[in-house]
Amino acid sequence: MHTGSAVIQLLVAGIGTGSIYALIALGFNVVFKSTGAMNFAQGEWVVMGGMTSALLFAATNNILLACLAAVLIIIVVGIVSERLVIWPLRRPNALLITLVSIGLAICTRSLVMLVLGKKPVGYPGFSSTATLEVAGITVQTQTLWIIGVTLVFLIAMHLFFERSIMGKALRAAAADRDAAAIVGVRVETTVMLSFAIAALAGALAGAIITPLTLSSYDQGAMFGFKGFSAAMLGGVGSLPGAIVGGLALGLLEAFGSFYISSDFKDAIAFAVLLLILFVRPSGFLGRADVVKV
Amino acid sequence: MSDSLLRVESLNCYFAGLRAVAELSFDVQPGEIKAVIGPNGAGKSTLFNMIAGVTRPTSGEIWFDGSRIDNLPTFRRARLGIARTFQNLQIFREMTVLENVMVGRHMQGQSSVMGALLYTPAMRAENRAMTETALDLLARFELDTKAQVLAGDLSFGQMKVLELARALASKPRLLLLDEPAAGLPQAEAEHIGQIITTLNRDGMTVLLVEHNMRMVMSLSHDILVLNNGLRIAEGDADHVRRHPDVLAAYLGDAEYA
Amino acid sequence: MTVLPMNTAVTARAARPWHLSDHARLLIVWFALLVIPFLAPNAYVVSLANMMFINIILIASLNLLMGYGGQISLGHAGFYGLGAYVSGVLGVKFGLSAWVGLPAAALITGLAALLIGIPVLRLRGLYLSMATLGWNAILVVLFNRLVDITGGPNGLLGVRPFSFGDFALDNDFRQFPLVWLVALLVMLAILNFLRSRIGRAVRAVATNELGADAVGIDSFRTKLLVFVLTAGMAGIAGSLYVHVNQFASPETFSVSSSILLVVMVAIGGSGSFWGPILGAAIYTAVPQVLLDYEDAELMLFGLAMLIVLIVSPTGLAGIPAALRRRFARRPA
Repeated sequence: MHTGSAVIQLLVAGIGTGSIYALIALGFNVVFKSTGAMNFAQGEWVVMGGMTSALLFAATNNILLACLAAVLIIIVVGIVSERLVIWPLRRPNALLITLVSIGLAICTRSLVMLVLGKKPVGYPGFSSTATLEVAGITVQTQTLWIIGVTLVFLIAMHLFFERSIMGKALRAAAADRDAAAIVGVRVETTVMLSFAIAALAGALAGAIITPLTLSSYDQGAMFGFKGFSAAMLGGVGSLPGAIVGGLALGLLEAFGSFYISSDFKDAIAFAVLLLILFVRPSGFLGRADVVKV
Repeated sequence: MSDSLLRVESLNCYFAGLRAVAELSFDVQPGEIKAVIGPNGAGKSTLFNMIAGVTRPTSGEIWFDGSRIDNLPTFRRARLGIARTFQNLQIFREMTVLENVMVGRHMQGQSSVMGALLYTPAMRAENRAMTETALDLLARFELDTKAQVLAGDLSFGQMKVLELARALASKPRLLLLDEPAAGLPQAEAEHIGQIITTLNRDGMTVLLVEHNMRMVMSLSHDILVLNNGLRIAEGDADHVRRHPDVLAAYLGDAEYA
Repeated sequence: MTVLPMNTAVTARAARPWHLSDHARLLIVWFALLVIPFLAPNAYVVSLANMMFINIILIASLNLLMGYGGQISLGHAGFYGLGAYVSGVLGVKFGLSAWVGLPAAALITGLAALLIGIPVLRLRGLYLSMATLGWNAILVVLFNRLVDITGGPNGLLGVRPFSFGDFALDNDFRQFPLVWLVALLVMLAILNFLRSRIGRAVRAVATNELGADAVGIDSFRTKLLVFVLTAGMAGIAGSLYVHVNQFASPETFSVSSSILLVVMVAIGGSGSFWGPILGAAIYTAVPQVLLDYEDAELMLFGLAMLIVLIVSPTGLAGIPAALRRRFARRPA
């Protein structure tokens, strides 16, 4: 057993999981930037994306179509959620929105449980071949898809935020609501938009990870929590931070569970979160004043 | 001067290279009313916040009654006898008027956690005493009829008086007033001014930051004028009124009588 | 910055601390509850009542922390679990009596809260909540993985009940007086606390920390105090739980449970003294009522929480006052 190839295998696996975490972290960060709140429903959207894709695949037998349609549906769910529970709030503040998102997450999960069932579901990967042999290492093709899709999505997001008017409006509203409102940005719409993007990111993550892990209604909390840890690690609110944090967490988990213990793998994310909060709340790329009293 | 109540020595405050207060030294004598004035951006708030403990000075010393306080957090300064009011009011809106003042008496109580959990006679006696003192204080400020009203439901002027009452409840020796007249119509501002004068006659030392020149000129024994973080004049009302540097600094700024 | 209403219902009465009206009310309600074992159709109802009292301790302590102390903890069930396991393990592994386990549970949870609170309470609102969540999650991992001590996912078995010599409190009717009493003592302690100088300081810090600093209150110490105190109470609830059920398993103390506890505080009425009793009643009764539809239970709680937050932040306990205000607004 070559340790060299083991390391590369772990690296690939870590980057693969890390990409998923990066997507979820991005979802958190986008909502955080526009509301200051932590959206507990984020993880549930991941599950929804995976399970809906499975449902549509069973109906259409076309994976790409199913995933695309599922993602679109979850985007609508995200928008409807925002309109139903965030928009009516009379005096929104970060903590209140966070608590509301807890209620939303609970409702979303029970909806998934009731409508899509409790059985774990899955579908085959995007490529016809499940694994690939490259230079003596076995790589899941789906992992390559995950990394690829994530990369494309991140580039699209970058272009959106840097180049498009909507993206800039979102950033403006996130930076200073009042100032943005004065120059004509409809702040309420940007909040809705941020929920749509977060739902998109979450659903995408769910759609591309399901071939590897299956999707079931109770995974939402774990996805959400790990994505949040990744967001904090990279610096909450920072979009490049989501990438950094996600990859870091993914690699930490992969190497940690191999070299230390796979039993405590889940604890790694929690320990990372606490460490970050206590030692460097700003994460790698964020600002400290957001977090400490 | 060893008999000053508050002494500030070579105080500096830089925010990321921006000079807010530079090499400032002055003192406040017991029993005096000292005002700090200056145009916007002169550094008054920064100075005030450094004395109150909200901002850390970059260098320099602050002495209160013989003890060095510039490295102490706000609550420790309060325990030494410094009370303050806030320009934008930091009353407890969700608590009643009476409770606001009772909280002001916090330091005067001795009850422990066990006493609190067990509702001992000592604790009950303490509550009674605190309530009485608080009501007396409110009566002095004509707010006793509002004792059960939520502080957030008071008018702005009443809130300012409440905050003053709360500050007094802590039995301070030095009262720091942050723009006490801000946002008040002249009549109410004068009312606050009268309260301050009365308190001072009874021995309270006061340091205030204020824009309302009428109040400053009529109340203060001594006035410190700042501009760009530096002292440009210090002295009584007449001296300051005529000082050419002061006039120059204020040219273009309104508000003096 | 307050999210859920801060103690408006109790406020006016708090100003007249020598009035025993709230104490009297509490005692009256509690003595009324004494009839349960006599009126109950079967032992099962009594066991539900026992759980309700334990839940009252849990929810009331969280309410003290959240509604009065302004700290939203998503890890309260973790302290509950810590208390349960400490008390249970002391009995199972070391043969110590449950009467030793109970104070030990309170002390050790308090200590744990002290240790974790010192770094956590320096964080602002949202991050404080997330840190408590992380802490709870780590505790659950420990409950699950330290199999030799805790019994792992299968749970801690063979826990002995409270007993007076040979007289063991091993059935629902015998356990009832104990949980009834402990819950009463905890509620009294909370009531007393709120009426005290320190209780007012806690509320002041939660309402406006700058203002509290200005009058000489050590805000950090105050926040730590209420965090430790309420954790200790959760630990007491845990000890009661483990010796009443003679069993404990990690999933009772999960992050989801912590979140549900927060939901119950909100539904009952955060910051109201009586809210937790309503919250506990709902938390205990609803799963039984929905036994066949247990999947709907979660949805119900989620919806209730949303309704409370969006429409009626004062929760159920705030309804009488809201109605009073409604009718008071009518023109004379």
